[in-house]
Amino acid sequence: MRHLLSTKDLSREQAVSILDVAEDMAETQLREQKKLATLRGRTVVNLFFEDSTRTRISFEVAAKRLSADLINFSAKGSSVSKGESLKDTAQTLQALGADAVVIRHSSSGAAQNLADAGWINAPIINAGDGKHEHPTQALLDAFTMRRRVFGGNSRGVALDGLRVVIVGDLAHSRVARSNLWLLRTLGADVTFVAPETLVPFGARDWGANIVHDLDTAITEVEPSVVMMLRVQLERMQTSYFPSQQEYVRNWGLSDQRMQALPEDVVIMHPGPMNRGVEISSRAADSPNSSVLEQVSNGVSVRMAVLYMLTSGDRGEK
Amino acid sequence: MATRTVLQAEDISRALTRIAHEILESNKGASDLILLGIPTRGTTLAHRIAATIEQIEAGSHIPVGQLDVTMYRDDLALQPTRAPHPTDLPDVGVAGMTVVLVDDVLYSGRTVRAALDAINDHGRPRVVRLAALIDRGHRQLPIRADFIGKNLPSASSERINVRLVEHDGFDEVEIVS
Repeated sequence: MRHLLSTKDLSREQAVSILDVAEDMAETQLREQKKLATLRGRTVVNLFFEDSTRTRISFEVAAKRLSADLINFSAKGSSVSKGESLKDTAQTLQALGADAVVIRHSSSGAAQNLADAGWINAPIINAGDGKHEHPTQALLDAFTMRRRVFGGNSRGVALDGLRVVIVGDLAHSRVARSNLWLLRTLGADVTFVAPETLVPFGARDWGANIVHDLDTAITEVEPSVVMMLRVQLERMQTSYFPSQQEYVRNWGLSDQRMQALPEDVVIMHPGPMNRGVEISSRAADSPNSSVLEQVSNGVSVRMAVLYMLTSGDRGEK
Repeated sequence: MATRTVLQAEDISRALTRIAHEILESNKGASDLILLGIPTRGTTLAHRIAATIEQIEAGSHIPVGQLDVTMYRDDLALQPTRAPHPTDLPDVGVAGMTVVLVDDVLYSGRTVRAALDAINDHGRPRVVRLAALIDRGHRQLPIRADFIGKNLPSASSERINVRLVEHDGFDEVEIVS
């Protein structure tokens, strides 16, 4: 593995081994001394062309726990706002000696472009590109599911037979896409629930069941995991559903729907949550909710990815 | 390639029994003692030594754990990425304890150096000791073992294979030259 651009590229073995290394990383975070010297002297650049607090901070914590030096580069107030191209930015980072680049960009394919163009030879980690992919989010979601379901016996295990329902704005969600590829690779069954207007073009060929009605999905699938996606108001220039109230009524995880779900269901949300829209406060705060675990697991998974991509000898690749 | 068996099952068993006695002697008993194996065969040896100590000192219980040192190695950047093994410490922790590190072969000493760093991140033991089934020389660091099963002078071009029932189906140490 040279870069992490898409969960589509991962084999089952690679995916399970990332999750296993993340288990080792999680274990190090229970120690008296949380900081490892493993990546001392390596430089990780957070290259963020799009606003993000959670993902940026998560990568920052992960890099620092491994003792890497971290440079935060955000497009606002940088040379990019003066018109510098991605190429020049990348070449500058190369000249500064970056050992890994974590990129978030509003254009789908930006990370792939950076990896293929040859402007920089550091490993590239996709931290979200447009509506395309967000692989570390999918990995941390899979890690969270695996820990919830298998507990201490998680190591080496995939997600065979898990029934995962992903609800909401699939059309604009890179989280849904990355999750779908990864979950299918790991053997889980995925059901997408959304109004037809929010089902991405071509999604019927992706191997997920598509259902329009959340109540139907709950009774028919009996999900092991329900993942609520955020209604991304900032990405919706036109209206995809009649009103927010209607969305809540048909696709929101309400208290009543919580009652109808299996007792041991795992409720997930990539955050930030719109409480009262896609998820009720009671659902978000229930013991079934893994929202905060997802955040702390995010650090372990990102430590694993940084370790696997940057610790070894570059000449071998 | 010539292969020569240097220790057979009974030799390994005798060596481990002697190490168990030596550990007890140097610790003046079995109190505050924990054994940490370095994966994978070090862990197996640690379990065997602990079982022997428990036989010798009736009623004693020796906690055994596994300590992975991968993320503390000094040669990470020189090799392709290594996958770490799980670390699994006994609930008592290492602080204030006599920790005996157990490895199958002591060679350059770099694994042990990494292990000392790893232990440090878990707490401050009272004493750290080192047990190895085979000491083959060629140290690159000022490190020595406290308990040794067998000294086996070897050329660096030779390979030493430790086979244990739990992993390989039989007990044997062989030298391949």
